[in-house]
Amino acid sequence: MIKVEFLGPIAKAAVEMEATTLADVSAKLKEDSTLTEWLDKCAVALNDTMVNDLSTVLKDGDRVSILPPVCGG
Amino acid sequence: MELYNGPLDTKEIFGRWLDEQAASNYGAYIPFVGTIRAEEGIEALSFDIYEPVLQAWFDAWQEKAKALGAVVKMAHAKGDVPVHTSSYVSAVFSPKRRVALELIDEFVEDFKANAPIWKYDVKNGERMYAADRSTAMDGAGLLA
Repeated sequence: MIKVEFLGPIAKAAVEMEATTLADVSAKLKEDSTLTEWLDKCAVALNDTMVNDLSTVLKDGDRVSILPPVCGG
Repeated sequence: MELYNGPLDTKEIFGRWLDEQAASNYGAYIPFVGTIRAEEGIEALSFDIYEPVLQAWFDAWQEKAKALGAVVKMAHAKGDVPVHTSSYVSAVFSPKRRVALELIDEFVEDFKANAPIWKYDVKNGERMYAADRSTAMDGAGLLA
């Protein structure tokens, strides 16, 4: 089981799911219509390190963070 | 890296950074202050920060600066920051001015694009995500 958390303005509680790669996470999140407006704009971190590869392998207890567009300063 | 609840005490921060480096033999110290402008009827801006990724981003910048013989510093506010006060300050120290001038430009621009901080307009006490001024981070759209 891994945990997916949604940061900043995405008004959604964290979810837990079975997933072996980030591609599995993508497939599951695409089923959620409340995320349709977000996924194409969001970056992804795995255990607080930014990731760029859908084939990234996940293990039990991993935490995936969804980071929407930013504007610091 | 320093994070504060509410507006920054810019004079205290810049003065302290200057004191800390007083004997470091840096020839240039270039500070940057971000101040909340009164526009579109806002009372304040408000900020959420994801600290673990921000720290990693800042640590990478410290390494990059170190390789050039320089030091980068930053402080940012969390929560509400009223108009005409400061939400963000940063600075570069370097032996000579050219490195500091170039680094402060790159550092502030990359901060705007990739620091995990979310901005909200505050109007009539309500917080609204500043979607139109926000930038998708490097690698965005991976899961789409």
